[in-house]
Amino acid sequence: MSTHDHNDVVVHADGETTPARFENPGLHEHTPRQADVDPRVTKRVERQVLALFTASIIGTIVVVWAYFALPPGETASSMRTSNIVLGVGLAVCLLGIGIGGNYFIKVLMSNREYTEERHAQRSSDETREVAVQMLQDGAQDSGLTRRKALVGAGVTALALFPLSILVPLLGNVGSDWNVRKFKHTMWKKGMRLHTDPTNRPIRAADVTIGDVWHVIPEGLEELEHGKLDEKAKAVVLLVRLDPRDLRSDQSPEGETWSHDGIVAYSKICTHVGCPVALYEQQTHHLLCPCHQSTFDVADGCKVVFGPAKRPLPQLPITVDDEGYLVAQSDFTEPIGPTFWERATK
Amino acid sequence: MKALAARRHDRRAPALLLLLALLIVGGVYAVVVPSSAQATNETATADDIAAGEKLFQANCSTCHGPSAAGTDSVPSLIGVGAAAVDFQVGTGRMPMQMNGPQAPAKPVQFDDEQIRQLAAYVASLGAGPAIPTDEQVDPALGDSASGMALFRTNCAMCHNASGAGGALSQGKFAPNLWETTPTHLYEAMLTGPQSMPVFNDANLTSEEKRDIIAFLDEQGEVVPGGLDLGSLGPVSEGLWAWVVGLGLLIGISVWIGAKSS
Repeated sequence: MSTHDHNDVVVHADGETTPARFENPGLHEHTPRQADVDPRVTKRVERQVLALFTASIIGTIVVVWAYFALPPGETASSMRTSNIVLGVGLAVCLLGIGIGGNYFIKVLMSNREYTEERHAQRSSDETREVAVQMLQDGAQDSGLTRRKALVGAGVTALALFPLSILVPLLGNVGSDWNVRKFKHTMWKKGMRLHTDPTNRPIRAADVTIGDVWHVIPEGLEELEHGKLDEKAKAVVLLVRLDPRDLRSDQSPEGETWSHDGIVAYSKICTHVGCPVALYEQQTHHLLCPCHQSTFDVADGCKVVFGPAKRPLPQLPITVDDEGYLVAQSDFTEPIGPTFWERATK
Repeated sequence: MKALAARRHDRRAPALLLLLALLIVGGVYAVVVPSSAQATNETATADDIAAGEKLFQANCSTCHGPSAAGTDSVPSLIGVGAAAVDFQVGTGRMPMQMNGPQAPAKPVQFDDEQIRQLAAYVASLGAGPAIPTDEQVDPALGDSASGMALFRTNCAMCHNASGAGGALSQGKFAPNLWETTPTHLYEAMLTGPQSMPVFNDANLTSEEKRDIIAFLDEQGEVVPGGLDLGSLGPVSEGLWAWVVGLGLLIGISVWIGAKSS
């Protein structure tokens, strides 16, 4: 191996010295395992490995049997039986092989260490010369050095071909780059508030204090295209508070966006867009289930806790001639989380 | 049965039979006629109301006040109706044992008769939702598929997709619904106890409430996946995967790498 110079030492500040190189200690002495010296242990391990492999075989048979004999069927309990037997059978089948095989290798197979010296990695000068000569001859023979224009065209073709995959791929990422859609929902002046999922118009007189109504716009269910996209933007939570509890809403000067204690707020969290709908009737707090953002419905849906930064936008509502709740307009600001082009207020 | 047969010539038998017949007629009447606040007030006798008032003064007036009008921190019971009393007292939530984030369900302190009397008294204070009839809450009559759609929109955010319950803010929680009786489920939707909002009959009709009860009736019994880990979703499943699953993998890796003795 390496040559050792015992004078080559490192002297530390406190005067102590350590050698710059340590001698290779080599392999430690081989210690036999219990199974190598005690035939009873060997026998026991053999039996255990055999048992593990046998369990695996039985596991496979059980899985195949259960696949035919215990179909999932129609009821929850038959599905449960099928799942449990298949799962346990598969686990025994695979763990039996894995644990048995490892046990076999670790305990019964020879664990004697062998050392194989590494040969020199550099080839002889003669071999290297021959290899270089062969490459040069090949290049000469192929004519690549003469036909530069052809090679250039080939390399260009190769360099351009990934575009045929990349361009459609990037083009399909969010096939639509129209951000204006984020700024509007399908709510319009005079559109009635309907219940979700039963799609009934809501009469203001039917909304009692402490109620919570999950609301979709009138006509949403009848949409032919993009129903879910529209629903994801337009869903609203409607709550009636005792007017004395309603400290503020988001109505600007001179307008009334709520009706007799009834307020409607977007259900889409301004943090990352989860549906905010855990309403605590007594505290008037509205919680988002994803990151616990909490909004105070009695106070303009201001954020009182959590990572959301903006209040939930309010849908301006009023009642029509027949007493049904209708929207005064669309939301006056984009609903949901912040996006690139959203003007911050 | 033999003991019954031997007593059929008893002097008191006709009176007893008459009472029984009256009870059956009353029961059928209650089932057939849709209940309303007025209906309960009619079926509750003046005696019930008087007995209920005594129970109220002895057990509830400390907090709710002798006239049940409540205070700033205690709700008024005028107009909450018999349904609210049957729910709060029938699930043991009331009388409250101590102050806390919310009044949890605990062993019921009154028998059915006393609860009925209390409910009659509170219903007499002001019109409110009545206790639903057996037909209104019978899960067999509901449509569980419609119930699932309604539950998903109106209830699942707090009570979890399968009704296993979940956490709210500051120690409050939405309870598990698997063991709740259909009547109490109906009353909870109708009256909005504690943190829960109200779902009145215009919001969720009586039939829709029954659909939800039918859906809940099918939850929590047999889980097709095997171990349900409380049906609590990513929290308990994540804990299981990270602690038990990864722990097992690490253990096996250490075992594979270790030298045999």
